[in-house]
Amino acid sequence: MILARVAGTVVATRKDPRLEGKKLLVLRLVSPEGKLEGGYVVAVDTVGAGSRELVIAVSGSSARMAEGCKDRPVDTAIVGIVDSVSLDSPAG
Amino acid sequence: MLLGRVVGRVWCTVKAPALEGQRLLIVQPLTPELTTTGKPLVCADCTGAGAGELVYYTRGREASYAFLPAEVPSDNTIVAIVDELHIKRGSPC
Repeated sequence: MILARVAGTVVATRKDPRLEGKKLLVLRLVSPEGKLEGGYVVAVDTVGAGSRELVIAVSGSSARMAEGCKDRPVDTAIVGIVDSVSLDSPAG
Repeated sequence: MLLGRVVGRVWCTVKAPALEGQRLLIVQPLTPELTTTGKPLVCADCTGAGAGELVYYTRGREASYAFLPAEVPSDNTIVAIVDELHIKRGSPC
């Protein structure tokens, strides 16, 4: 899973019918220290995340195991809103 | 499967129902020589691994199989705690 911050929303009128009703958010990857890293992804929201919130997202085919994503064309899904991150020692 | 070390934890109150009760740990990937490689990632845990422990984790769809028959949306799961690591020096791989 990746740590990311919600950076924006995506609005798509014409899309796969199986994506209808799904909220699409733009995520910016962050390090465990909270530093923004390069790269954005578009993810389906399954937990009701809001703007600027720190979230965890699952990618790949495991994303389809998230709530309401079964048999839908989804490869990144937000599965949690982060309360806090603790590091035992500087990573990396 | 890949080697890593547990370097932290993530707490989420709001999360997918299937992730309820699952521990989420931050793992720093390591080479077999135990030097860090790549960026830390968030892993679910099915072993009870603790802070600073050497573990191996599985990635991708198979990561969720560790929790079968539950369907847990996880793409990185710690599946074992490493006791010992033996590497033959000069081996072709």
